[in-house]
Amino acid sequence: MSEVQFLNVHKDFSGMEVLKGINFTVKSGQVACLIGPSGSGKSTLLRCVNHLETTSSGTILVGGRMIGYEVHGDRLIEAHQKDINKRRSRIGMVFQSFNLFGHMTALENVMMGPVKLLKVPNAQAEAEARELLAKVGLADRTGHYPAQLSGGQQQRVAIARALSMKPDLMLFDEPTSALDPELVGEVLDVMKALARDGMTMIVVTHEMGFAREVADVVAFMDGGVIVEAGDPNEIISRPQHERTKAFLSKVL
Amino acid sequence: MTVSELPITAEARHDFADLASRPVLKRKRPGQLIAMVVVGLFAVMGAYVIVTNPGFGWPIVAKYLLDIRILNGLLTTIELTVIAMVLGLVIGLVIAVMRMSDNALLRGVAGAYIWFFRGTPLMVQMLFWGFAAVLFPTIGIGIPGGPMLVEWNTNDVLPLFVAGILGLGLNEGAYMAEIVRAGLMGVPAGQSEASHAMGFSRMETLRHVVIPQAMKIILPPVGNETISMLKTTSLVIVIGVGDLLYNAQQIYARNLQQIPLLIVASLWYILLTTILSLVQARIEKRYSRGNTIQARKA
Repeated sequence: MSEVQFLNVHKDFSGMEVLKGINFTVKSGQVACLIGPSGSGKSTLLRCVNHLETTSSGTILVGGRMIGYEVHGDRLIEAHQKDINKRRSRIGMVFQSFNLFGHMTALENVMMGPVKLLKVPNAQAEAEARELLAKVGLADRTGHYPAQLSGGQQQRVAIARALSMKPDLMLFDEPTSALDPELVGEVLDVMKALARDGMTMIVVTHEMGFAREVADVVAFMDGGVIVEAGDPNEIISRPQHERTKAFLSKVL
Repeated sequence: MTVSELPITAEARHDFADLASRPVLKRKRPGQLIAMVVVGLFAVMGAYVIVTNPGFGWPIVAKYLLDIRILNGLLTTIELTVIAMVLGLVIGLVIAVMRMSDNALLRGVAGAYIWFFRGTPLMVQMLFWGFAAVLFPTIGIGIPGGPMLVEWNTNDVLPLFVAGILGLGLNEGAYMAEIVRAGLMGVPAGQSEASHAMGFSRMETLRHVVIPQAMKIILPPVGNETISMLKTTSLVIVIGVGDLLYNAQQIYARNLQQIPLLIVASLWYILLTTILSLVQARIEKRYSRGNTIQARKA
C-alpha cells in the first residue's frame, strides 16, 4: 500500500516558512500533480516525502507509516538513518537535472541499486535492467554513458533506475523542466505508461496538458499552502481562487 | 593585387568565383624562426659548457651512477615516497571526510590537523620525529597517571626510517586532505542526492558514487604531489635516513667529488619523475570514464 498522507506539514528554512500546514492525500494508485509558481513550496513538499528535506512539524505517512520520524514519548524524533534508507529504497525519485551517475553506463546506473542494496545477483540484475531500459525505449543505449545521451534519454534512464528498486511510489520533481521542448514528449509518454500500470505518483510539473490528461488529482500551491486541490479538469479549467486563475493565465 | 584591393562591385562578381578556387596558404611568421635560432644558440652554448667543463666530472658520474650505495639509497627513496604517499592519501581521505561531516567536533579535529601540519615547516616536523625519543623515551599502553601495561623503548619501535615516513606522511596528509576535499566538493550535490533517494547510506554514497567521480578531479594534483614527494623525501637527510641524496653525500664527503655525485642523484631523481609523469597520464586516462571528451571518441 502506498497511500501518501500529508498531515499539517510545516517547514521552515532558517525562519522562513516555506510550508505552512499542508493537508493532502494521494490514494494508492493515484497520480497527483503539484502545480504552482516557483518558490511556492511544491518541490520542498515533494522532497519531504522521502525525507530529503526535514519537516518542522506535522507528519507524512506513506502506506500508513510515518516517514523520517518516529514517536518518542509525546514528541517526534528523526528516525534512525538505517530506517530512513530502507523506506527510501521503496520510493523512486526522478529529478529535474536527471542526476544519473556520470561514471556509469546507462545499464550500470539501472543495475546499481538492485546489486548493491538488494543484493540481487549480477546476471539477474542485468537482465532486469535491460528489460527496464527496453521499457523506456532505450534498449539500444545500454552501454552509453550519461554524457553521450540526450536530456530526454537521460531522464528515461533515470526513470528506469528509479523503477529498478521496484518502488511502491514514484516522486517526480519537474522531470521535464530541463529538457528541450522536442524531448518533453518522450519522457511524458513513459510517465503516462507508468500511470496506466497503476503506479502511485506525485509529480511536480508545469506541464498542464499532462496534469489534465493523466492526473487523478491536482493541487495548486502558492506561498507554502495548497490553495485548491481536486479534479484536474475543475482546477485547470475552472479555478475558483484568484491566485490559481492568475497563475494559470500565465502558463496556459 | 592583394585580396583586400579587389574591386567588390557587381561587375566583378565573377572574381569571387575565381577567389573561391584558390588554395589557402599559411602566413609566414618570421618571429618563430628568430626564436628558434636564439633558443638553438643557447642550447649549443649550454651543451658546450656541460661537455667541456671538467668540473662536471662525467667519468666520475658514470662510475657512481650504478654504485651499490647509490642504488640502495635510490631504493630507500622509492620506499619513502610510496609509503608516505599511501599514508598521506589515507589520512587525507579520512581528514577530508571528517572536515565535511555534520559533526562539529570531527570538523574541528580535522581543521586542527590541517592547521598544525600545514602551519609548521616539514623540516621541523621531520626533526621532531627524529628526536621523538627525547620527548618520549618510552611509549606504551597504560592508564594515564597509573601503571603501564606494555612499554617499549621509543628508539626500538621508531627507527629513523619510520620517523621519516611519519614526518613525510603526516604532513602530506594535511595537503592531501584539501585536495580530496576539493575533489569531493567538485561532484555535483545532485549525485549524492540521487544516491540517498535510492536508499544508499552516506558511506555507500561516498564509496560508490562520490569518490569514483572525485577521482578525476583528485588525480592530477595527486600526481603532482607524488612527484613533489619523490624529491621532498630528500629532507630525511636531516635525521640521517640513508636515502639517495644522503648516500651521495656520504660518498662525496670522502672523495670530495660533490658536483658529480649531485649529478648522479639528480639523474636518478629526474628519471623517476619522468616515469611518474607517464604513469600519471595513464591513470588519469583510466579514471576519465564517462567524460564527454572520451565519450566523443567512443
